[in-house]
Amino acid sequence: MRFLETLLKRAGCEMGAITIIMKREFASYFSTQLAYVFILIFLVLSGVFTFYLGNFYERGQADLLPFFNFHPWLYLFLVPALSMRLWAEELKSGSIELLLTLPVTITGAVVGKYLAAWLFTGVALLLTTPLWLTVNYLGEPDNGVILASYFGSWLMAGSFLAIGSCMSALTKSQVIAFILCGVLCLLFVLAGYPLVLNSFKDWLPISMVDSIASLSFLTHFSSISRGIISLQDVLYFGAVQVVWLAATIVVINAKQMR
Amino acid sequence: MIEISHLVRKFGQLNAVDDLSLQVMPGEVLGFLGPNGAGKSTTMKILTGYLRPSSGRVLIDGIDIEKNPLAIKRQIGYLPEGAPAYEEMTVRGFLKFIAALRGYKGAAIEERLSGVVAAMSLDTVLDQRIEVLSKGFKRRVGLAQAILHDPRILILDEPTDGLDPNQKHQVRELIRGLSKDKIIIISTHILEEVTAVCTRAVIISNGKILEDCEPDTLETQSKYHGAITVTSQSAADMHRLLERAQTLENVASVLSVEHECQLTLFASDREKSLLLPVARLLDELGIVAEILQEKGRLDEVFRNITEAGGV
Repeated sequence: MRFLETLLKRAGCEMGAITIIMKREFASYFSTQLAYVFILIFLVLSGVFTFYLGNFYERGQADLLPFFNFHPWLYLFLVPALSMRLWAEELKSGSIELLLTLPVTITGAVVGKYLAAWLFTGVALLLTTPLWLTVNYLGEPDNGVILASYFGSWLMAGSFLAIGSCMSALTKSQVIAFILCGVLCLLFVLAGYPLVLNSFKDWLPISMVDSIASLSFLTHFSSISRGIISLQDVLYFGAVQVVWLAATIVVINAKQMR
Repeated sequence: MIEISHLVRKFGQLNAVDDLSLQVMPGEVLGFLGPNGAGKSTTMKILTGYLRPSSGRVLIDGIDIEKNPLAIKRQIGYLPEGAPAYEEMTVRGFLKFIAALRGYKGAAIEERLSGVVAAMSLDTVLDQRIEVLSKGFKRRVGLAQAILHDPRILILDEPTDGLDPNQKHQVRELIRGLSKDKIIIISTHILEEVTAVCTRAVIISNGKILEDCEPDTLETQSKYHGAITVTSQSAADMHRLLERAQTLENVASVLSVEHECQLTLFASDREKSLLLPVARLLDELGIVAEILQEKGRLDEVFRNITEAGGV
């Protein structure tokens, strides 16, 4: 009973610290103008992809499939730009020494900073709701599917960010963090891309091809964006986030030991 | 009480801290002296829980820092080297963030804030971004966050580095005002700082403690301690004095600096001051000169200790 009490108390302390760190980090996106640049580019590009490349009008269907289909590719270079500063900047400026000598655990700091970035992508996604209103004005889309897609897209952004968080903790250089994160995310996306999978099909047993595909963001995102939120897909994205955040904690821990 | 026992910290092949043992009691202001790369900052980083030791341990009030880092971090105020901060934040925002992480809420945050702002004279820059501040102000912001929660243990890595003489004085006054029942550890390579604020001086080099004493006794180790320096008005006067001084009782050696018309007389028995005999001699020769009894030259002591023990 006492054990449970101290555990709860500790968790309470941790939550408090996470919230404080998250708020500071979130505010820093706006005070460094990163937020405005990110949101502007995100909105412009998602518009371009949807209307020009996605043939939004020509398809004659009231849905947001062309919009969401491009999200993995959009995140591929926008998310690394967001995540590269998470730890690399702290390492460069030395503020990490300040942060980690305050009464905060590494886990608390990692989770707090990550949540700020994730919340921020959520805000960027929310700002695309005029598109949703537009399809509702033009026709009668399945709003359930669209809601599921938004949820799926946000989950996927979180997974990209968790990878980015780990890559950012590896280096003082934000450029290196950007490139590492971009390449790794590309692998996770490509693993489910039909072109890549077809090239494997000729010489790998089908079960192997399936397991490669099941590692991909694309595979799990496409089923959510069809409106099916299965526990499996949600668990997949959750697991990716947990694993990469744990890796971030390990990396920062190793820096203190080295 | 801080107990450091057999602390070792390796970076690859290099032993940055090499079997260092030290105890610091409440009320002590410990000055950590040493050349660059001596292991001062590394020791401080271990004490504050930022780096882990390769071996050995640190107990603070009996608590092992590796076993319960959070409990210890709550009691420590730390100014890291170079006073890093979140540069895009305003001074107010930054200090509020620190206060919140230190567990203060609502009105208590404002109260703490106004306390440190007054102590560090930050009121004029409160709403400016830290990145636009001068080096002196940045340092004071760093100090403000370190003392914000009135910690029992204060660890300051080069607190006066980059400050102008007035600001240095202000920081030293602040440290003196704090030090009654706290443990304060300051690293510096400004030797005067140690005699100005510290109650104890520890000189380290290559990760080892070479000297652990009161700052005043550091000065007595100097060859110059108790020596008499006479600055005369002309070279002729100096030569006349030099001739006679060498034959004076209790004078071991005389050092002359020609272009400054300066003589320094070292006593063979340090217990007996040369001040009076030299004054009498000057009177006898009819020379008007400036006489100074030296307290000891700290940089000479520092060089002797670190270069002898360091190699």
